[in-house]
Amino acid sequence: MLKTPPTLLHNKATAQDAEEIRKLVGAGKVFYGNTISEDYARDELAVDTAFPDILVEPETTEEVAAVIRYANERVIPVIPRGMGTGLCGGAVASRGGIMISTVRMNKILEIDQECLMATVQPGVILMDFQKEVEKLGLFYPPEPGEKSATVGGNVATNAGGMRAVKYGVTRDYVRGLEVVLPDGQVTEIHGKLAKSSSGYSLMHLMIGSEGTLGFITKIVVRLLPLPRKKVSLLVPFPSLAKAIGAVPKVLTSRTSPTAIEFMQTDVIHVWEKAMGKRFPHATAPAYLLLQFDGNSMAELEAVYEKAAEVCLAAGALDVLIADTGDRQASLWEARSTFLEAMKTIGQVELADAVVPPHLIPEFVTYCDSLSEKHGVKVWTYGHAGDGNCHIHILREKGMEEEKWRKTLPAVMDDIFRKAHELGGQVSGEHGIGEAKRKYFLKYGGEVNIELMRRIKSCLDPKGIMNPGKVV
Amino acid sequence: MDIVVCMKQVPDTTEVEIDREKGTLKREGVDAKTNLYDLYALELAQQIKERHGGTVTVVSMGPPQAQVMISEAYALGADRGILLSDRAFAGADTLATATALACALQKLGRPDLILVGMQTSDGDTAQVGPALAELLGLPHVAYVKELVDINPTSGVLTVVADMSDTVETLQVTMPALLTCSKEVCQPRLPSYLLKKATRQKAVEIWSAADISGESDMRGWFGLNGSPTRVEKVFPPSFDQSKETWSGAPAELAARLAGKLREMKIA
Repeated sequence: MLKTPPTLLHNKATAQDAEEIRKLVGAGKVFYGNTISEDYARDELAVDTAFPDILVEPETTEEVAAVIRYANERVIPVIPRGMGTGLCGGAVASRGGIMISTVRMNKILEIDQECLMATVQPGVILMDFQKEVEKLGLFYPPEPGEKSATVGGNVATNAGGMRAVKYGVTRDYVRGLEVVLPDGQVTEIHGKLAKSSSGYSLMHLMIGSEGTLGFITKIVVRLLPLPRKKVSLLVPFPSLAKAIGAVPKVLTSRTSPTAIEFMQTDVIHVWEKAMGKRFPHATAPAYLLLQFDGNSMAELEAVYEKAAEVCLAAGALDVLIADTGDRQASLWEARSTFLEAMKTIGQVELADAVVPPHLIPEFVTYCDSLSEKHGVKVWTYGHAGDGNCHIHILREKGMEEEKWRKTLPAVMDDIFRKAHELGGQVSGEHGIGEAKRKYFLKYGGEVNIELMRRIKSCLDPKGIMNPGKVV
Repeated sequence: MDIVVCMKQVPDTTEVEIDREKGTLKREGVDAKTNLYDLYALELAQQIKERHGGTVTVVSMGPPQAQVMISEAYALGADRGILLSDRAFAGADTLATATALACALQKLGRPDLILVGMQTSDGDTAQVGPALAELLGLPHVAYVKELVDINPTSGVLTVVADMSDTVETLQVTMPALLTCSKEVCQPRLPSYLLKKATRQKAVEIWSAADISGESDMRGWFGLNGSPTRVEKVFPPSFDQSKETWSGAPAELAARLAGKLREMKIA
C-alpha cells in the first residue's frame, strides 16, 4: 500500500525552460521570474504568497498539451489557474513550477439551443456566461458566491453555491470535457449527451479533481429554460437556534426553494459598516434567506406564502418579501460580499464543511459554541439548505501571532471532527486544495484516500499535476 | 404628524422600449412595479411616523391596476391609500398630474409633510413634486439625501439636498414637501404579516368629480390640462468607448496620469 503521495522530487523551472516554452506557445504568453504579477502568487484566502517559476497563458488545447508534455518530461510541477478566486490554495504554486492560466481561453464556443447545451473554454467567466445564456431565455444554475470565477475553476472544484438546494452543483450540469492528461495526451470525455452507461465515468473523476489529474480545456454543460420570476424571503428570527431549527421544516414543506441561506446580525452589521450601505432589516439576531423561482407571480405567491407560514410556525418574527429585482439585489448583493466585508476587520480563515441537511441545526449550534470555547470570533453563515455551512474564524486586528497559530488549528479540528461525527465531509464546495488537505487526510477515510492516491499515481505517475493538493 | 406620500406605478424594466411611431413608451406585456424613488419616500415617512407618531397616507394617480401598488404600501406600513383613477386623468403631463394630486390633497386636508420620490423611472422629469408644492403654496426641497432633524415643536425640518453641483443643508418649516433621493434611507421589504392583516383593506378610489369640489376642473386634468406636447421620444445615445493598454506598470501609471490630466479629471 502506498503511504505517501506519489510525487518525485520536482525540478524547478528555469529561465532556460521559459525560453523553451516560448518556442512552444509564443513569446508574449510566457512570463518568468519577477515579471509575474503578485496576483498569481495567491488566491482569495491565502495569506502567504508563493510564486510560480513560470506563468504561461496558452490560447489553444494544443499549446496546453505542448507545455504539459514539456513539464512531464522534465518533472516540473504544473498548476492550472483560473481567476484565482479559490478559497483553499488549490491554484497556488506552493512548490513552484509552471502555472498555466486559462485567461486567454475565454471563449464561449457554442450555445446549442436545440439540445440545450453550451460548449465553453475553461477561462470563460461564470457571470459573463450566465448573462449570455440568459439573453436567450436559458439558464445555467450553478451559483457560487464568487461570480467572477471561471467555469473551468468551477468544474475543477465542483463548485456549488446558493441554488444547490433545488438545482444541484456544477457536477450536475457538466456533460462533456476535453482534458489534457499529465503526459500531454488530449482526450474527449463523454460529450453532448444527456446520458451514458458506457464504462467508468472519467468525467466525474475529472470534475472536482482540482487540477491534480489533468488540465480541462473544453467543457460542455447543459442548460435549462430560464424561470421567468423570482421571489426571495428574508425571515427574521429571535435566535440563531430558532432560525436554523426552521431549516429542516422548510426543506420538507414541499415548496422547493432554490436557496436557503442563514446569517446572523453580527455579520450584517460588519457588512453595513464595510460597504457604507444599509441592509433592509438588521434588528433581529438571526435570519433565513429563502429564494423561490417559477414562471408566474401567481404560482410563486402560493408557494412562498406556504413557506412563510412554515417559518412563522417555527418561530419567525415576520417574513419579508423581496419580489422585485431591486429588492432582491439589496439582499443577495450583501450575501455575496459578506466575506469581503469580514476581511475589513481582520484575517479570515474559512471552513466549508458539509453535513447531512437535516443535521444542520446541530452542526451550526456546535460551531457557534466554538467562539466561547476558543476565545476567538467564529462566525457561521451559508447554505443551510444543503447542509453546507461556511464557518469563518477571525483573527481580529491586535490578536497575537502565537495565539492565532495555536487557536486556528484547534478550532478547525473541532469543526471537521464534528462534521465527521455527523456523517459529513471536509468541504462542501470550496475544495480541499492545500489548506484543507491535512483535515481531509485525517477525516476522508483511509480506504478512500488510498484509492484516490492510486488513481492519482496511475494517471500522473510523476506527480506533476498540482502537487501537494487534495491527496 | 400626518404625512402624505405620493407614489406612481411604473413599468418593471430598466430598458423601457419605445414606440417610435406613436412617440410613447411600450407598456404592453411589461410588469408594473412601484417607482423605486417613491419607496424611499415611503420608508422615510414610516421612519418619521415610528419616531413621532401620526399617520402615513399614500396617494397615487393611475389606472385601476395601480391598486396593487397601494396594497403593497399597506404591507410596508401605510395607514391609508387613495388612488385617483378616472378616464378624465388619462394623458396627463407633469402639470396636469400635479394639479390632480393637489386637488386630492386639498380634499384630504393639508398634511404636515408631503414626501415624494425625486423622479420616476419611466418619465425621469423630477417635475411633479415641486409642481405639486407650488400649486399648494408650500415650501419644498428637492433631491433630499438626508433628513438631519425634525423639531416637532417648531415644525422645522433640517435636510441635506444634493443639487449635483452643490450639497446644501437647508431648513424648512412644515407644512412642506420633500423629494427624496436614494441616499435618504434603505427601504424596508413588504411584511407578510402586514400583507395578511391588510388583505381585505380597501383602496379608496377617487374620481375627477370627487376631487373637483365646487369648481369645474375638466380643463385642468388629463390631456386637456396638459400643455406639454411630445414631439418625439427616443432612447438616449451612449457614447462610451473603451481602450485597453498593456505595458510595464510604471509606464502604464504614467500614461494613465497623463490621460486623466488630458481629460481634466485630475
